[in-house]
Amino acid sequence: MESGNTILNATSLVNRIRGVKETENLSDIDDYISRLKREKLTKTVVLVGVTTSSVAAGAIETKSAIENYIAERELDIDIVEVGSNGLCSFEPLMDVQIPGKSRIVFRNVKANDVPFILDGTLNNYLPPDNVVGQYRSQLHQPWMGIPFLDEIAFFKGQSRDILALSGIISPASIEEYIAFGGYSAFTMAISRLTLEDVCNTIEKSGLRGRGGGGFNTGQKWKMALAETANQKYFVCNADESDPGAFMHRLMMESNPHQIIEGIAIASYAIGASKAYLYTRNRYSITVQRLENAIQQAYNAGLLGHNILDSGFSLEIILRKGPGAYVCGEETALISSLEGKRGAPTLKPPFPTQKGLFGKPTVVNNVETIANIPLILRKGAENFALKGTEKSKGTKLFSVSGKVNITCLVEVPLGVSISTLVELAQGVPKGRKLKAIQMGGPSGGCTVPEKMNTPIDFETLKAEGLAMGSGGITVLDDTVCIIDTIKFFINFIQYESCGKCIPCREGSRRMYEILESITRRPVNDEGHNTLERFKGIILLESLAEVMRDTSLCGLGQTAPNPVLSALKSFREEFEEHIFDRKCAASVCRNLRTFYIDVDKCTGCSACAKKCPTNAIIGTPRSPYFVVEEKCIGCGVCETTCKFGAVFFK
Amino acid sequence: MVEKILQKYSHAGRDSLIPILQEIQDSIGYLSEESIEMLSTHLNLASSKIYGLATFYNQFRFKAKGKCHIQVCHGTACHLLGAVTIIEQIEKQLLVKVGQTTRNGNFSLEVVSCMGACAHSPVIQVNGVFRSHLTEATFKELLEELIETYRTVNK
Amino acid sequence: MNFNIEVNGKTIQVRKGDTILVALFRNGIKVPTLCSMKGLSPTGACRICVVEVEGVSGLVTSCSNVVEDGMKINTHSPRVVKARKTLLELLLSNHPDDCLYCERNGDCELQNLSVELNIRERRISGRKIRHKLDLSSPGVVRDPAKCILCGRCIRVCDEIQSVSTLEFTGRGSKTHVGTTMNRDLNFSTCIACGQCVMVCPTGALHEHSNIDEVQDSISNKSLTTIVQYAPAVTVSLAETFGLKPGKDINGLIVSALRKIGFKYVFDTSFAADLAIMEAATELNERINLGVNLPVLSSCCPAWVRYIEQFYPELLPNLSTTKSPQQIMGAIIKSYFANEAKINHGNIYSVSIMPCLAKKNESQRVEMTSKGVFDVDVVLSTRELVRLIKLNGIDLDNIEPQQADSPFGIRSSAGKLFAASGGTTEGIMRTLHFLRTGKEMTSPKINELRLVTSVKEVSIAMGKELVNVTVVSGLTDIEKLIATVKEGKSNAHFIEVMACSGGCISGGGQPFGAVEKEAKARARSLYEIDDVETIKVAHKNAQVQEIYDKQLEKPGSEKAKKLLHAKYLKGKSLE
Repeated sequence: MESGNTILNATSLVNRIRGVKETENLSDIDDYISRLKREKLTKTVVLVGVTTSSVAAGAIETKSAIENYIAERELDIDIVEVGSNGLCSFEPLMDVQIPGKSRIVFRNVKANDVPFILDGTLNNYLPPDNVVGQYRSQLHQPWMGIPFLDEIAFFKGQSRDILALSGIISPASIEEYIAFGGYSAFTMAISRLTLEDVCNTIEKSGLRGRGGGGFNTGQKWKMALAETANQKYFVCNADESDPGAFMHRLMMESNPHQIIEGIAIASYAIGASKAYLYTRNRYSITVQRLENAIQQAYNAGLLGHNILDSGFSLEIILRKGPGAYVCGEETALISSLEGKRGAPTLKPPFPTQKGLFGKPTVVNNVETIANIPLILRKGAENFALKGTEKSKGTKLFSVSGKVNITCLVEVPLGVSISTLVELAQGVPKGRKLKAIQMGGPSGGCTVPEKMNTPIDFETLKAEGLAMGSGGITVLDDTVCIIDTIKFFINFIQYESCGKCIPCREGSRRMYEILESITRRPVNDEGHNTLERFKGIILLESLAEVMRDTSLCGLGQTAPNPVLSALKSFREEFEEHIFDRKCAASVCRNLRTFYIDVDKCTGCSACAKKCPTNAIIGTPRSPYFVVEEKCIGCGVCETTCKFGAVFFK
Repeated sequence: MVEKILQKYSHAGRDSLIPILQEIQDSIGYLSEESIEMLSTHLNLASSKIYGLATFYNQFRFKAKGKCHIQVCHGTACHLLGAVTIIEQIEKQLLVKVGQTTRNGNFSLEVVSCMGACAHSPVIQVNGVFRSHLTEATFKELLEELIETYRTVNK
Repeated sequence: MNFNIEVNGKTIQVRKGDTILVALFRNGIKVPTLCSMKGLSPTGACRICVVEVEGVSGLVTSCSNVVEDGMKINTHSPRVVKARKTLLELLLSNHPDDCLYCERNGDCELQNLSVELNIRERRISGRKIRHKLDLSSPGVVRDPAKCILCGRCIRVCDEIQSVSTLEFTGRGSKTHVGTTMNRDLNFSTCIACGQCVMVCPTGALHEHSNIDEVQDSISNKSLTTIVQYAPAVTVSLAETFGLKPGKDINGLIVSALRKIGFKYVFDTSFAADLAIMEAATELNERINLGVNLPVLSSCCPAWVRYIEQFYPELLPNLSTTKSPQQIMGAIIKSYFANEAKINHGNIYSVSIMPCLAKKNESQRVEMTSKGVFDVDVVLSTRELVRLIKLNGIDLDNIEPQQADSPFGIRSSAGKLFAASGGTTEGIMRTLHFLRTGKEMTSPKINELRLVTSVKEVSIAMGKELVNVTVVSGLTDIEKLIATVKEGKSNAHFIEVMACSGGCISGGGQPFGAVEKEAKARARSLYEIDDVETIKVAHKNAQVQEIYDKQLEKPGSEKAKKLLHAKYLKGKSLE
């Protein structure tokens, strides 16, 4: 696992952390490491996945149930909090490892399921409904009749490098990370490699920024390295903020030390003695795990002054972003770190020349950084084995929306979009896949016919899609495209920094146009349909100007969802405009309401509330809706006490 | 309380502004006018710049939260599963507007862009506690429970 | 170093390091912009100045990108014009449609640009955002509905004036310009210097107009309407009437004011002479006693407000002498009312000033006697222009006239108040006389007439030196105040004018004036001084007369009561 030529390998690092003198018995240490890696166990361990996502599913309650179970029975069992293996829909997740036996993964373990599952497991009976599978290990005896995880489609279809340890190790333990080879890349870099060496390796690997821009990371580092300055900064952008994307949170919560090591290497490579890690205040579990990881790294002497006598010093400062989507833009992020409104500033000068506090600064996305230790440890060539010619390595995606399994996956670049949908086990039964939205609010949507498009920077761009940070939303036929892009553009107009005209006003106008076509006018005067249609033409022209003139990427890419929807779902727009119908019945103001004659008591309550007097009838006999007059506001539905009002 | 925080940041510069504001909000629940003015003097930075910064970010508030603070996730997955209806119903039933606190200080409502629990949508948080996989029935039940709880609180 | 670039197919020579915008301007090509400000770094907010650069995929803002050798630029290609037009249409899409009633009608950058870009229909319509009109300040009105968020007011308030009252607040489509906690201007740290109004491209910031009140009072027979006009006014509006910029049209203004219907027309320069007498006496005393030095000038109300607001600890240093406007106001309703036998309650006292802070100053409680305002209403120079036009007065065809006595005579020292350094020059001339008993051999102090923002001069008075510092514009004021507070300043007198260049570039002056006009105005003032026979305030016979008849002597109890004021700690937080 470990190349023997590193001066400080995992063994001696663990020593250092334990305060054990190097001369002590080496076999003791090997033993300790194998215990950290759970290769050898002395007692049963129950591992429960505690992440932002699983807490929403009740993981805290599950964990206390496990604690109670153990306490009540006075069992000698360890409980360990781990991260996530990516199967979010199966949360709460619980693993059990009995000495000598393979570690087994259970799904949907609600608090009241705990006694039943543990009773069974500890007595060699595995409740089949809750079992996901077991880890494969030469050292342990497998459970009979239980699939190995690597045989399950979900894991088989992935290529887990950055996520290799996610859900396996305790994110609260630097020792476990080190036992699995962690920090060896960093210690090797500072003791053996020059700054240029590191930059060269990263450049050679072909790693491109995972934040959406896709710029070669090594080249970016070299730009900052080439600058002469008394201070340089490294900034890791971990302020994940695309709605519907949760890759970074899960990754950081599952394996925070990987990020700290990546930052340390990157800072070394560009000659920065100070690094900022910018995550979001609201992600409390993420914040707490990162804080803990940084503190452990300091305690281990892996951060701070003159690290391991290498002469390299590094301070990592965790900043808790107060919440602004636009801070994903590097100059905006820098403004925010400087204590200003997070508004992007003009480029040039680029941050690599004049960034934070006017000093050369490299800003990298957290996923980019997660790759760094692996590239250094396994070599640039190894990294480049995966991916396409121009897009190397693997990429994280969070797949959510109308899928059977909402999940976090890691696949090699170049796989088709359909791979992701398959990993999520497709749309719910009986539903038809309608579209896939990629790249969040500034990405685009693609249709099922284009599902074979390979995911790499160039192809996606050519298709009018965007890699974005990796949030994928799957839409089925219950979803209205207009409503979905209205949601995105609403997000943009709310999250735009408001500085430049095209983004601020353009996104607002786009939202208003989309609103106008999903609403029925109270009084329809002649040209209205024409006006609404003109709005659509305007959308295209606005989109062009926004793309051409906006100050930063946020505004430049904001029209993407609108444009791609116009391209692929023009009929749906026309249906909304001309027929005033929303086939999916999502645009509520386009609904027409009806009264069920069997349920209506003729109380006239709805007729009194109707703003357009569209409901008529005689008291005590069923009322009815005059379709042409109905504006679909739904007041009648909420008014009716008998459930007689329904819509089509 | 604010003084204590400022003492901790005795030689701080503008780049500490956000962490200080976060601490102030954590300790007194919101950013009061007085705290902004004190910070302005402390950092020798115009109060307008502090206020301008604070209004830029989602986190900062200028009024205290309600006794019952509801956060509704409006990420893509939750949107597809009816977050808008949830927000509307809360506004209507608890008589509270997004971003505001009711006059009696019982409820406050906040919409957040994504809680990262897309697998369990639609999700909301009530005083920090998650309520996930909301259905029409469980949501209705929750609202009734909240109305009942805080009605008795008022008495 | 020069090199060539290609613009619209033609080769032009440009200087290395110039931005595209500047390079084009030098070559006679105008690219419109709404947010750029001379002397300040570009922010790239409006995007109107975009051009097409060959080889670059998006459009490029010409304000922020520098020219490169061999660059090929297209400034008016269909793509560029469409983009500019759309950007402007976006701004107009939720802009109020009340141009006809707008303060800036006919003098609005947004209006001009939409003419320039040939916008003839509302192609994009947007929902208007409701905003509160802020009428709280007597000087400055804020109408956020008309704000296009160019950020100029914020930058002038912060980077030029160091006041930082205004800042962007909110985010996204809800971004707006506001103050701390969105307080109204009068309850903010605003000093009403009016520089934000000067840079605002639309009607979002404008003066609180008082023309109607003035018209009403003129037509009210029971009132005696009296007007005074500031020294800076007469040299500031020639160009507005098609005359040579900077030309002194004192006589024409007096004549026009009479035609408008003012019963008496007085020249505030007379009060400036009185202010010199009082301030020089006060300064002389403090130098002799060595207390509260350096004396800080008090004739600029925005500066007074600045001290009250931000450095109340320096209030003892502030000269207690009222500003010329308030001195004139005070003596009109006391001395003159007695002389002319008019009940002071029946006098309506109007003042015409190049300034908006003067509107605030006139409303201060310190500036009243027995509950009656010394000055009832203040009009800006811009409002004077409107008033003249409103009354159909054709300056080309009227004869110049003299201002009324008993305040009709002024020394040129009083007139010099209009330019930065002028107040000091006037005070020094009299101080020299007070300290040495002799006139200065050459009253002209050239060092005080330089166009720099900070001027430090030592003036010999007999065997001793009097050190003065003159500042205009508040950009560097904090540094200066720091030296004063540390006791490191050797100045005896510090003159501060909140507006760069002094009152001739005040916040109430006609829009569109740039350095050229400001220089012409100053030159005009110095020419007046050159030809004037009475160059010092203490030789103004009417000034002597008022002391003889009523005030006894400069600095007397009576003079103190009428011509001095106490200033208080900033109130914005109370």
